[in-house]
Amino acid sequence: MYKLEVQDLHKRYGSHEVLKGVSLAAKAGDVISIIGSSGSGKSTFLRCINMLEQPHGGKILLNGEELKLVANKDGALKAADAKQLQRMRSRLSMVFQHFNLWSHMSALENVIEAPVHVLGVPKKEAIEKAEHYLAKVGVAHRKDAYPAHMSGGEQQRVAIARALAMEPEVMLFDEPTSALDPELVGEVLKVMQDLAQEGRTMVVVTHEMGFAREVSNQLIFLHKGLVEETGCPKEVLANPQSERLKQFLSGSLK
Amino acid sequence: MLFDYNVVLDSLPLYFDGVLVTLKLLAIALAVGLLAAVPLAMMRVSRQPLINFPAWLYTYVIRGTPMLVQLYLLYYGLAQFEAVRESFMWPYLSNATFCACLAFAINTSAYSAEILAGSLKATPHGEIEAAKAMGMSRAKLYRRILLPSALRRALPQYSNEVIMMLHTTSLASVVTLIDITGAAKTVSSQFYLPFEAYITAGLFYLALTFILVRLFKLAERRWLAYLAPRKH
Repeated sequence: MYKLEVQDLHKRYGSHEVLKGVSLAAKAGDVISIIGSSGSGKSTFLRCINMLEQPHGGKILLNGEELKLVANKDGALKAADAKQLQRMRSRLSMVFQHFNLWSHMSALENVIEAPVHVLGVPKKEAIEKAEHYLAKVGVAHRKDAYPAHMSGGEQQRVAIARALAMEPEVMLFDEPTSALDPELVGEVLKVMQDLAQEGRTMVVVTHEMGFAREVSNQLIFLHKGLVEETGCPKEVLANPQSERLKQFLSGSLK
Repeated sequence: MLFDYNVVLDSLPLYFDGVLVTLKLLAIALAVGLLAAVPLAMMRVSRQPLINFPAWLYTYVIRGTPMLVQLYLLYYGLAQFEAVRESFMWPYLSNATFCACLAFAINTSAYSAEILAGSLKATPHGEIEAAKAMGMSRAKLYRRILLPSALRRALPQYSNEVIMMLHTTSLASVVTLIDITGAAKTVSSQFYLPFEAYITAGLFYLALTFILVRLFKLAERRWLAYLAPRKH
C-alpha cells in the first residue's frame, strides 16, 4: 500500500496547461526527488498535492484515503470537505523555498503552534517535542530568536523542525535550498539526509543533483508538465535516455 | 500682571475633573471602537463584494464627514424626531456623555478598521500558506496568525489614531460636557482670561500625549521586538 498516491494530475493557468497528467506513488520510507527546469511544473505539482494550488483533474490519496474534490465553475478542483482537507494537510507537512516562518513568533513558538492549535497536543508536551526537534536540526540554541534574527539556514532548519513536530506521514519539500547562500545549503541538506535515513517518506522538489542522486531512491524528471523520465536516481542520472534530460543535466550536473 | 497664575491655580481642581472626563471618553471610545474595528477590518479584506461593500461604505461615510457634524447629528439632530424621543433609546440619546462616547467610538472604529485592514493585507502571503499547509481552518488562521500579526504591525499607526482621538474628545465640550476643554471654556468665561484658560488646557493635553507616546513605545518594544534589529 502506498503512503501517498497522486494520479494523473492536471493543472492549467487560463489556457496554459502546466501539468498534463502527472502521477506519483510513494511507499513508506521512499524519498522521491522531482527535478526539472523552471517552468516544468514541478513546484506546481507539489503544491497541488496539499491543495495550495487547485488542480483541474486527478486524484490524491493519503494512506489509501482519497481526498474528495469538487469542481468549481471554472473547472478547478477544490476540497469538498474542508475538515478532510485540514486533516490531510496536517499529515503532509510542507517545507517552503522561502521558509515562511511566522515572523511574529519565536522559533519555539513556530514549532509548537500547529501541534497545539491544529492537533490539540497539550502545550507542555508540545514544548518538549519542539525542543527535541530543534535540537535534532541543530538550532536548539536559537529557540527564542525571531525568524528575522536568524540566518537563512537556521530559518530553514526551524521550518523543518516545525514540519517534523506535526509527525507527518509524508514531508513535502519545495526547493528547500534554493533561497540559501551556497555555504548554508550544506547544513540543510545534511538535515534532510538524516531524515531520509530515518525512513521518513519525503517528496523533494530540488535543484541539488547530489542530493537527488545520493539520498533519494526515486527520481522524476518533469518537462513541460509531463514526466519525461523516472526511475532509480543513480541509473537515470548516469544514463539519461531522453534528449531533454541529457540537455538539462549537461547544464547542471555537478 | 501678564499672566494670572492665581486664576489658573484656583481652577486646577476643575481641570483635574476635566482630565478624568477626557480620559473616560477616550477609554470608552477606544475600547468600543477597537472591538468594532476588528470585524470591520476583516470585512474590508474580504473578496466577497456583499461582505466588503457595507464595511467600505461605513468607513467611507464616517471618514468622509467631520467629527463635529457626526456629533451634532447624533446629539441634536436625532432629538428632532418624535419617534426617537419616544423610543426606549431616548434616555441614552438625550445623555451628552452617551452621545459623545458613541460618536467618538463610531469615528475611531472607522479609522482603526482601515488601519487594521491595511495591516491585514500586508501580511506576507507565505505565512498564510504555511498556516494552511499545516491544516489550520480559516477561523484559526485569523485567530492565531493573521490578527496577532496584523494588530502588532498596526501599533505605530494606531498610536497616531489614539493621539488624534485624545484631541478629538475636546469636541465633547460643545455638547455641554466639562472635559479639559470644557473646563477651559468655563474658566475663560468666568474670568475673561481666555489666554490663561486655554494655555492651561493645552498643557494638560501635551502631558497626556506625552504619557500616551511613552506607553506606545513600551508596547512596541514588547510586541514589535521581532521587527527590531537583532540585539544578541
